Amino acid sequence: MLTFDNISYTYHTKEGETTAVKDLSFEVEDGQFVAVIGPSGCGKTTILSLGAGLLTPSSGEIRRDGGEVGYMLQRDALFPWRTVEGNIFLPLEVKRRNTPDMRERAVALAEKYGLKDFLKKTPSQLSGGMRQRVALIRTLAAEPDILMLDEPFSALDYQTRLEVCDDVQGIIKGENKTALLITHDISEAIALADKVVVLSARPAHVVAEHKIEFGGSSPKKRRECSEFAATFEILRKELGI
Amino acid sequence: MKNTNYSREHLAYLKKERNKKIIITVSRILILLLLLGFWELFAQLKVIDPFITSSPSRVAITIADLYKNGTLFFHIGITLAETLAGFLIAVVLGYAIAVVLWASDTVHKVVEPYIVVLNSLPKIALGPLIIIWIGTGYDAIIFMTVLVSIIVCIMNMLAGFIAVDKTKLLLMKAMGANKLTTLRKLIIPASIPALMNTLKVAVGLAWIGSIMGEYIVSKAGLGYLIVYGGQVFKLDLVMTATFILCVLAGGMYGMITLIEKIVNRYR
Repeated sequence: MLTFDNISYTYHTKEGETTAVKDLSFEVEDGQFVAVIGPSGCGKTTILSLGAGLLTPSSGEIRRDGGEVGYMLQRDALFPWRTVEGNIFLPLEVKRRNTPDMRERAVALAEKYGLKDFLKKTPSQLSGGMRQRVALIRTLAAEPDILMLDEPFSALDYQTRLEVCDDVQGIIKGENKTALLITHDISEAIALADKVVVLSARPAHVVAEHKIEFGGSSPKKRRECSEFAATFEILRKELGI
Repeated sequence: MKNTNYSREHLAYLKKERNKKIIITVSRILILLLLLGFWELFAQLKVIDPFITSSPSRVAITIADLYKNGTLFFHIGITLAETLAGFLIAVVLGYAIAVVLWASDTVHKVVEPYIVVLNSLPKIALGPLIIIWIGTGYDAIIFMTVLVSIIVCIMNMLAGFIAVDKTKLLLMKAMGANKLTTLRKLIIPASIPALMNTLKVAVGLAWIGSIMGEYIVSKAGLGYLIVYGGQVFKLDLVMTATFILCVLAGGMYGMITLIEKIVNRYR
């Protein structure tokens, strides 16, 4: 479980100080997929960095049981000089857990999600959607307890985006992982998450929380549900757009 | 895609490309032959004074003479050794310094003005100091070579390190990588193109450094032959040494291009 308890965070630059997050509280339960949406520039990425422990809050407390955090970024950031397999092993090498057993499990995971024929290829030989899938498997290879997804679909074209969106959600649910997704895309949040947290403009705090329960957990089915449009409208109003 | 049943259009395209390649190679050789031919011809016809301009045949004779009295490979060897030693020291040391500057932003900021000044300083101005401090041996020339080429190595490599994709850096940070791991897994492999570039620039500068060094202090080497030939008005010797330098410098550049090709294949 990941808990944000009354978190505030202030950035310091030469030009002055900016409060990015103020009195922010919400929870991510084990196995839950939580999406955080907010107006652009409201400090969403700051929240992920805080959650991952890359930043220390100015005040408040972040509780995270089970230490390992996996991070998935806007762009796949695959290393072009490594093969797909080499990229998937990267977190194992960095975290000094590069044992034959861990490598075997990472390869098994890649094969399970359709990367078997691509393991020895280089990233440049892969499509954008495939590359994002490799990036997800790389994140999962170190067997994190919680996944932080920083707008992982925003760099993809619309069609690929829908595909990868379903793909990633399926893998995360399939592996029974806890996930915290940051996005500015309302429909993406509704399609993917068990819970949507709506943030205010900067300094960010929680405006509303919504449990999404319709349509099972498949993004495709959810998009087809009649509740989808209604939920979209509610969230849109809360975001003030 | 080994389809050999190309359309007529594609075959015509391939032929055109091949012809272009042939034209380029033939033209290159032709220009060289023309230059050498006219040089020889004008010298023979006394249009130009071969005592001042030398000529290809006189260069060939000089090379043969140097070979006969056993000093040809001696001079080449000395200059080559000085250049290579200076080049390697500059690249390795420059790379190491760039790593330190990359690792610490504060150190980088502190030494930046010194690097800028040292970069713009004409290194030959330090000639007298080098002679007094280090002497007139080969080490002085190697020192000069290092001095001339190291700054560019540092600046080029540092720029290469800093240019590494920020997203990849964030990824490493998110995985909990420390500086050393980030350097090994990301910065060094990602900056290999910058390294290849640095090698190319540094090899040219190393030649400048070693010849400049030989101008100032040497008792042997191609630079020495050029200075000596100029002083005693043996311009055949000057031309010969210059010609050999061209061949060596071109050869060394070619080697680096070859290394680059091999490295790229394994990336």
